[in-house]
Amino acid sequence: MTRYIIRRILQAIPLLLIISAILFVLMEEMGDPLATFGGRKVIRSEDRVRLTRQLGLDKPVYVQYLVWLVGNDWMKVDLDGDGVPESYGTRKGVIRGDFGTSFVTRRPVIEVIKQRLPNTLLLMLTAEIVILILALIIGITSALKQYSIFDHVATGLSFVGYSMPIPLLAIGLMYLFAVNFKKWGLPYFPTVGMFEPEAGRSVPQLLWHMALPVTAISTISIAAYSRYIRASMLEVINQDYIRTARAKGLREQIIMYRHAFKNAALPLVTLVGLDLPMLLAGAIVTEGIFAWPGMGRLFLDHTVRSDFPVLMGILMMISVAVVIFQIITDLTYTFLDPRIRYD
Amino acid sequence: MTNFTKPAFSPTQLAIRRFCRHKMAVFGLFLLAALVVYVVGGSLVFSEEYANYNDTSIRLQLPSSEHPFGTDVVGRDILARTIYGGQISLTIGFAAVMVSVCVGTLIGAFAGYYGGMVDGILMRFTEAMLNIPQLFLLIVASKYLADKIHNFRAFGREFSGSVIVIVVIIGLTSWMYLARIVRSRFLSLKEQEFITAAHCIGTTNPGIIFRHILPNSVAQITVAATLGVANAILAEAYASFLGFGVRQPTATWGNMLEDANRYLESAPQLWIFPGLLILLTALSINFLGDGLRDALDPRMRI
Repeated sequence: MTRYIIRRILQAIPLLLIISAILFVLMEEMGDPLATFGGRKVIRSEDRVRLTRQLGLDKPVYVQYLVWLVGNDWMKVDLDGDGVPESYGTRKGVIRGDFGTSFVTRRPVIEVIKQRLPNTLLLMLTAEIVILILALIIGITSALKQYSIFDHVATGLSFVGYSMPIPLLAIGLMYLFAVNFKKWGLPYFPTVGMFEPEAGRSVPQLLWHMALPVTAISTISIAAYSRYIRASMLEVINQDYIRTARAKGLREQIIMYRHAFKNAALPLVTLVGLDLPMLLAGAIVTEGIFAWPGMGRLFLDHTVRSDFPVLMGILMMISVAVVIFQIITDLTYTFLDPRIRYD
Repeated sequence: MTNFTKPAFSPTQLAIRRFCRHKMAVFGLFLLAALVVYVVGGSLVFSEEYANYNDTSIRLQLPSSEHPFGTDVVGRDILARTIYGGQISLTIGFAAVMVSVCVGTLIGAFAGYYGGMVDGILMRFTEAMLNIPQLFLLIVASKYLADKIHNFRAFGREFSGSVIVIVVIIGLTSWMYLARIVRSRFLSLKEQEFITAAHCIGTTNPGIIFRHILPNSVAQITVAATLGVANAILAEAYASFLGFGVRQPTATWGNMLEDANRYLESAPQLWIFPGLLILLTALSINFLGDGLRDALDPRMRI
């Protein structure tokens, strides 16, 4: 098992290198980071030249990538921007945990991300819990009562659910529960942000503000998940061991929840394992509409300003998470299904 | 007495019968046809100049008899814009899927057929692409290509160069699942006897790939491509909504939604009409894809 884990980690390294190289080349040409450098415009051309040299942006892409990857404390760089490299750099590079500094805020990328990550995790983990609970209830009920009215309605709604464009759903929710509820004198939900500035940050405030974005994020996934659970549940129900369990006179409930569901949940592990790392990314569109200060918003704001150290940081964090969760998912499988062995 | 001489159904006839039994799929087909009639027929009623004509004195008007869907932020008629926007959105959806089918099929076919090193390299690349959520890749690629392609004229109309950009990048960020499907088909088919027979009579590798194995994978590719159109239309909507897609004044359903949340209280017509049209299109295509899966590939049924 240990050997398997080590092999998987070793295989992941070239994969991450490919990803980072592709992204780095794309980002390098994405726009002019100096246009909004440090929140102000760099107008004088000599300032531009100096800044470009100081940041190492005048170097060819592969040198910049190398610096990003392994740092520049081993090579002479041009810190004062006069065109002559004179002192050793200070960057340690990604492989030593230094993701560089943001072009916009001049703060370390890690710090910028750390500030936003909890907000996104709060929103997305809540959404994931809602998704799992509702999808399990709907999916299992649909499977157990196949071709009933409930099943047909759930199937129809799930098609609408995963064809739903998020902007329509999110803005529609805002329009109904914030604008019109206010108009009708009902208790209405807030539309943007995490809490009212005057009320301060408190748990009820957070929950109140999370209601609409969580609904918007979960609806589409509930639709997809419940179909998936229904399908895998139906497949298991028709297996021989379920018939055996019935034949020996077990109670239907025990058959369904102990025998059928446990086996039907196995494919669900893959689905959740693939989705969990994506939670880190947040939901770009939903966070944008509800002005939720999370990773999705961070990504959008810094894309507009071509702040590629931050963008690289976010995307590499996601990739690493995907790789780790894939390994964890595969390991979870061996615990859930002893027939699967990797050695 | 039973008439045994009645000819059996051909596979195509069987597929059509299975498709027609799937009521939702037939409904999806009609809905999609109605939407196509709406965006094509509508352009005979309204001219493109009218769709792009802005009069700020009538901005943000609610639906009225003169403007059935109301007017937008700069006073353009929303009904006419949903028609021209729909043409672009649907075209982008289909064109992007063509790009992704070409790339996905080629990569999946070569990886599955040649195996070994080729498979290893191509599949590592596929995994690398899958590791980043599509919308993030889309945004980065769109920023990368923005303004590199100029506006162009086609069919006597001026199009924003961003239309081409969005088609290419949606295509290039959505081929990965298809590549995996095609690869798995190739892996199983290449071991079968008819391929060994083809080798024996001296068929070349490209001949086997494109003449023997690929036609046997058309069902799976068609189903995946159909469902891909819905995803491509949604992806265009998200990218344009966030301002990284098709630029104004060329309308798409996605960029019509842009800024709709800023006029939440005063102008619900900004998001209701384009939003519903995107929903209906995606819904009809998803129904259609589900029916096609049942019809063409009964074993894949879930």
